[in-house]
Amino acid sequence: MAPGSASSPSPSFPALRPWAAVGAMAAAAAAGPGPGSGPGDSPEGPEGEAPERRRKAHGMLKLYYGLSEGEAAGRPAGPDPLDPTDLNGAHFDPEVYLDKLRRECPLAQLMDSETDMVRQIRALDSDMQTLVYENYNKFISATDTIRKMKNDFRKMEDEMDRLATNMAVITDFSARISATLQDRHERITKLAGVHALLRKLQFLFELPSRLTKCVELGAYGQAVRYQGRAQAVLQQYQHLPSFRAIQDDCQVITARLAQQLRQRFREGGSGAPEQAECVELLLALGEPAEELCEEFLAHARGRLEEELRSLEAELGPSPPAPDVLEFTDHGGSGFVGGLCQVAAAYQELFAAQGPAGAERLAAFARELGSRYFALVERRLAQEQGGGDNSLLVRALDRFHRRLRAPGALLAAAGLAEAATEIVERVARERLGHHLQGLRAAFLGCLTDVRQALAAPRVAGKEGPGLAELLANVASSILSHIKASLAAVHLFTAKEVSFSNKPYFRGEFCSQGVREGLIVGFIRSMCQTAQSFCDSPGEKGGATPPALLLLLSRLCLDYETATISYILTLTDEQFLVQDQFPVTPVSTLCAEARETARRLLTHYVKVQGLVISQMLRKSVETRDWLSTLEPRNVRAVMKRVVEDTTAIDVQVGLLYEEGVRKAQSSDSSKRTFSVYSSSRQQGRYAPSYTPSAPMDTNLLSNIQKLFSERIDVFSPVEFNKVSVLTGIIKISLKTLLECVRLRTFGRFGLQQVQVDCHFLQLYLWRFVADEELVHLLLDEVVASAALRCPDPVPMEPSVVEVICERG
Amino acid sequence: PPSRPPKVLGLQARALTPQTAETDAIRFLVGTQSLKYDNQIHIIDFDDENNIINKNVLLHQAGEIWHISASPADRGVLATCYNRGKCGFSELWPDAFGGVLSLDSFSALGKSPAQLLTALATASDSKVLTCAAVWRMPKELESGSHESPDDSSSTAQTLELLCHLDNTAHGNMACVVWEPMGDGKKIISLADNHILLWDLQESSSQAVLASSASLEGKGQLKFTSGRWSPHHNCTQVATANDTTLRGWDTRSMSQIYCIENAHGQLVRDLDFNPNKQYYLASCGDDCKVKFWDTRNVTEPVKTLEEHSHWVWNVRYNHSHDQLVLTGSSDSRVILSNMVSISSEPFGHLVDDDDISDQEDHRSEEKSKEPLQDNIIATYEEHEDSVYAVDWSSADPWLFASLSYDGRLVINRVPRALKYHILL
Repeated sequence: MAPGSASSPSPSFPALRPWAAVGAMAAAAAAGPGPGSGPGDSPEGPEGEAPERRRKAHGMLKLYYGLSEGEAAGRPAGPDPLDPTDLNGAHFDPEVYLDKLRRECPLAQLMDSETDMVRQIRALDSDMQTLVYENYNKFISATDTIRKMKNDFRKMEDEMDRLATNMAVITDFSARISATLQDRHERITKLAGVHALLRKLQFLFELPSRLTKCVELGAYGQAVRYQGRAQAVLQQYQHLPSFRAIQDDCQVITARLAQQLRQRFREGGSGAPEQAECVELLLALGEPAEELCEEFLAHARGRLEEELRSLEAELGPSPPAPDVLEFTDHGGSGFVGGLCQVAAAYQELFAAQGPAGAERLAAFARELGSRYFALVERRLAQEQGGGDNSLLVRALDRFHRRLRAPGALLAAAGLAEAATEIVERVARERLGHHLQGLRAAFLGCLTDVRQALAAPRVAGKEGPGLAELLANVASSILSHIKASLAAVHLFTAKEVSFSNKPYFRGEFCSQGVREGLIVGFIRSMCQTAQSFCDSPGEKGGATPPALLLLLSRLCLDYETATISYILTLTDEQFLVQDQFPVTPVSTLCAEARETARRLLTHYVKVQGLVISQMLRKSVETRDWLSTLEPRNVRAVMKRVVEDTTAIDVQVGLLYEEGVRKAQSSDSSKRTFSVYSSSRQQGRYAPSYTPSAPMDTNLLSNIQKLFSERIDVFSPVEFNKVSVLTGIIKISLKTLLECVRLRTFGRFGLQQVQVDCHFLQLYLWRFVADEELVHLLLDEVVASAALRCPDPVPMEPSVVEVICERG
Repeated sequence: PPSRPPKVLGLQARALTPQTAETDAIRFLVGTQSLKYDNQIHIIDFDDENNIINKNVLLHQAGEIWHISASPADRGVLATCYNRGKCGFSELWPDAFGGVLSLDSFSALGKSPAQLLTALATASDSKVLTCAAVWRMPKELESGSHESPDDSSSTAQTLELLCHLDNTAHGNMACVVWEPMGDGKKIISLADNHILLWDLQESSSQAVLASSASLEGKGQLKFTSGRWSPHHNCTQVATANDTTLRGWDTRSMSQIYCIENAHGQLVRDLDFNPNKQYYLASCGDDCKVKFWDTRNVTEPVKTLEEHSHWVWNVRYNHSHDQLVLTGSSDSRVILSNMVSISSEPFGHLVDDDDISDQEDHRSEEKSKEPLQDNIIATYEEHEDSVYAVDWSSADPWLFASLSYDGRLVINRVPRALKYHILL
């Protein structure tokens, strides 16, 4: 290896780079066979020069292709066909084999292989013998057969020879007969030719007169056929004077014929089929097809425009048009029918025109069709007002149905698609119209309710109760919704031709009706209702509170039942079968509930504000310092109680009672803790009684009292008690804040005391937790006491007496 | 924790102001409201580092304090609106009290017979008139005297009266506002339906009515609140009466703008954005806080409805106008982050001078998208209605709130938000 590594391209890292080592080996191999030290030298060395050289050549190739010799050598030799030691190989060399055996194998194995070989040789010998015997028999019989065939063939050869000579004789005779008859045959052929020529000539000479006659008789078809037959011949022989004359005559006549045909075509009085015939003949006369196309279409246009004009006249600017059904009927039979005829005739006549002709027809149909559609749309637009869809749907059905025929004929013009589009558009507009209608109905209901609420009450006779009004509104809206659903349902009826269009099967049902109409309406209803909460006139209270209450209940009813009912109804009527996402019932219900909650909260605020304002005015306008000793409960407090009672009644009409906290046995009898029981409890006592020391105890007591914070404007629940609690909370908190801004004289304080006791007597029954009323009223009196330089409270018994007196 | 222990004054209180002229120490002035005891002005010092509150008490014997404001120029000068009504009732009917009460260690003793007499005289006058006066506190208290511990109130000092704002012809004083950033010579007071501009002369010993305007209309019009705009060279004042907000030009005393029905109910308070000259915030009995652009008064720019009862106070932070503080009679104080309508809608804009280019880039990227308005915190330490909130004049991250039960709470802007705004 030493010389190899010396010539290696990278001698410094032989060990680290295997490919380098391989390269070195390859280089060594390429350097030629060393004396027994070459890398290709195998242990079984004596292989002769040839294979050795071949391997070297391989080595060089492999080097060239970057294959390593080691790799190639490492592979097992396998069944190498060149192996001289392979007994069955073609290159078996007994000497080598023997040599190898002798060298490699021990004696026992040699013996074994010898026996084995002897056995094998014997087996081969016997096999060969058997084969030889078997084949010998077959060989014998084959030899016999061949011999017999040889004999038969010899006989056949003789007969064939005889046949050949006979045939030669027959040929000879036949040739002789032909030669004899040749002359006569030629003459007959010539005579026949002359005869035909004469007939043709006669036809030609007679042609002008025949043509004239045909033209005179009006047998244009016959004439055109004659002309067609003679045309070519005359064309060919026009250099001969006589033929020339005939041709000229014919041309004159043909021109006249064409003239007449065109005349007839233009007059067009005899209807489309005859016209079509004219065109056909003219085409046969070789008139230019394009021109004819144009003329044909122009003519058709004239007639169709006539139809359109009559339709437009029906549309009329002012006179009441015939109903839409009649209109579409007219359009269908007149215009669309005409268009169908034209298209059919055109396609028949000008089929040869290929795509260009079809395109011309399509353009023609498109143009006229669009004008027709414009008219139809104008007419349909006039229908938008009405609430009834049945006539409209029938008209649309006819319109659509009629247009399917030309649609088939004129696929390229896309009339059917355009018609479907129009129908879809109308359907969409109807949906929009119905949505508007529902909204208007809802607003109408609201106006009715407002009027009913605002109507002056006849003494003794209550107007329609809130519950009744609510029922009216709900049923009215529901019936409107049902009517709208029924109306739009006509669009999807089975017998209507367009109901199986994908739009009407999918999008119309899900997006149009369910989402657009029903969900859209419910949403807009919620929005309208919510807009009452955002009314800027918070102070004026433009919306009657009763309406807020009613709407709130309405929305709540929608949440609990109506929405799911309406949507189920919709889904049943319109089997929605597409993948558009739809608003789930729960989302809609949540929206309705939120609306109801906001309305009710707003109601609480509005009513609370009304009472608050009363209380506020009563506190702010009075001179509390110079007030007289209280003899009565102030009128405003009675008013507050009356109003609260009225609100209670009002809410009770629409909302359930709700839950109260367990009440103490004698709530109504409870007098003010501040006064009646302050001595025992010590609550607020420091403020009024000189005996109790005023210390931080007071503050901690207050802190304890308010450990449960009272949220004044808190969301309300859907029941009467919660609503009333909210209103009373707002009112009493206002009273508290107002009291704190005033200064009270001794009697002022006592008046507050009386008023609060009165409120206490009457308000506890309305709220969920009467403790709340106590707390707030206690606070009011305590604050009044703080704001009083001369806090001498009234005897509780006197307070009670005054309150009981009324 | 940012929340400071509540401070109980011991008396009812509505009036709170930072010591406006003080820019180093955190100091608030609180006026008490009591008909029975001598009223006081508490000077609350907050030692931020040690988290200690120090208090000095000044007697305000003139009456219960409804409004208090501090001079922007002189630390020692302040103005109060007070009821001259019934102070000294405790002396007149001493048996109504079980002796001297020491709730918060103030003294009802030391009344001179003359004081008793004035008390008697005013007591016989059934009409309670709210007056306004300018006072000077003793020199040693101006910068907070820390050696006087909380509980030694026997040496309670008295305010020195500088001058009365004579309102006999005008009615009850609702509030007094100082010209912001001025020399402490100009004040405006609101009395019933009058807006009065006073010049304080001869080192504030004399208040001369410079000009006035009054609100005419049907019904009894009454100003509830007013603020002096720091913009436009301090020539604008805004007032609130009933549901209406009005802007006034102090030079001509004429109305500049008027927002009718700014709130559904009474407007309680308003404040000017310190950095955006046309923006102001208002709050009222409809539980709402509204932000206005005075150039377009038809619609509020933004409305907050977070309180569950009347909002009595709204205050912009003096430096970072996205921080808005509100106090309400639902006993809550709410700190809101009104970034979208602040002067820094994209966060804090870094000065080029302050910072190297590299950092500048980074902060620019960070502040690309506008931030969301949100409620930063709701403070519920108060047990009673909160009638006053205000920011410290010294530390922009600190504010105080005062509830009717006399509890003063000092809070900090949450640290995370502070760093978010600063960085």
